[in-house]
Amino acid sequence: MKIAIDVQNSGETPDNAPERGFLVALARDVKLAARSKGEVIQALAFFIVVASLFPLAIGPESALLKRIAPGVVWVAALLSVLLTLPRLFANDYADGTLEQLALSVYPLPVIVLGKIVAHWLMAGLPLALLSPLLGLQFGLESRELVVLFASLMLGTPVLSMIGAIGAALTLGVRGGSILLALLVLPLYIPVLIFGAGAVEQAMVALDFSANLSLLGAILLLGGLVVPFAAAAAVKISLD
Amino acid sequence: MAVTGVPASTTNAMHNLAARDLRLERGARSILNGLSVDIESGQALILRGANGTGKTSLLRILAGLTLPDAGAVVWNGKKLKALSATWRNAALYLGHTNALKDDFTAEENLLDALSIDGITADHAAQLAALEKVGLADRRHVLSRRLSQGQKRRVGLARLSLALTHKTHKPLWLLDEPTNALDANGVALFSSIMRDHLESGGIACIATHLVLDLASPAIEMNLDSLTDSFEKSAR
Repeated sequence: MKIAIDVQNSGETPDNAPERGFLVALARDVKLAARSKGEVIQALAFFIVVASLFPLAIGPESALLKRIAPGVVWVAALLSVLLTLPRLFANDYADGTLEQLALSVYPLPVIVLGKIVAHWLMAGLPLALLSPLLGLQFGLESRELVVLFASLMLGTPVLSMIGAIGAALTLGVRGGSILLALLVLPLYIPVLIFGAGAVEQAMVALDFSANLSLLGAILLLGGLVVPFAAAAAVKISLD
Repeated sequence: MAVTGVPASTTNAMHNLAARDLRLERGARSILNGLSVDIESGQALILRGANGTGKTSLLRILAGLTLPDAGAVVWNGKKLKALSATWRNAALYLGHTNALKDDFTAEENLLDALSIDGITADHAAQLAALEKVGLADRRHVLSRRLSQGQKRRVGLARLSLALTHKTHKPLWLLDEPTNALDANGVALFSSIMRDHLESGGIACIATHLVLDLASPAIEMNLDSLTDSFEKSAR
């Protein structure tokens, strides 16, 4: 993976323009993830394996498999994202670079937003891109596959956002990963309901646009609120 | 995103850092009990004291990372809010962790630290800084393979390169920066410090060494400050 995002100043914006902080954080985290590709691939493999366990456990009953497909794919995606959440802040916290980011000339919420987008590119987007393949395995039809893909495209960024707050709050806590799951999973419920619900409604030929619109609304609201909340959580953890 | 209109700090301006009656408690233990200090441009504050006397805590408070239980830090006459734009544009903190990514090379770590500081330096300047700290031939080595002293030297390269930049942060808060450095490294560190202080910077340094800074330094021994209430706590 070659990272070609140029964070060097082109001379058009001042050195400490806030939007450059977003690019600095994004480019940095993407580059770091590219150095440990294993973690990205492992999370993706986890997603595939978990979703594939259900046909094996339930048996080749195609009507039933198709019926549970949206829920299974969504739960698998949710757990896969959950596994990658500690990567958001824990490494930076351990090696001291999180302090440097907090003291950066760029505002912390902008940096946090950059980190969240980088996390989604590495942990959420691959799941959405792969989901039609898994959907085929469950016998979903093309219209349903498109809705599944769309629901994950809208929903996985929200998973990264909510997870960022949880990951920041559990920094430095012993047994933090289980606490993180307990903290974050209940908050994932609305996303799960709307996401899986959209596909289910497409399956019974109902209008699924309400569910997708709600996911989009959550995404926009999260984009506004979460960077500030997660930045506040990082500050608390550094204290 | 809201644009914060922060004036770039200039190295020529006079700065003043003051701590007013700082108090910090951790559990039942009082770490700082009404500490006050005044430092001007060109001055260094040398923090001394045995392990656990609050040197790191004080530096973290001055950096805005830790909130004191009482008291305030005042920068150029204005009381600072933790991690506000003014603070982030003034304070450079180097903790006892080296703040290096294991998966980045020495050169990439230098670039990373600089871009977080909002400093853009061309490749030649980076190379010169790495050359100065003796890491030129090790610049493509992953940080995880560098020795402790070499990791410290990456931090020195960052400081030395920051100095050449017109908007570099004037307040340096350094926690045991000489740890793991050899004699040559300590001399290098002292010379970077002298340049920083000469250009009107302020430095707060926790160290056990005697540094040759060639400018008026305030020595503060945290042993004597903590003793009194450790006794009263018993």
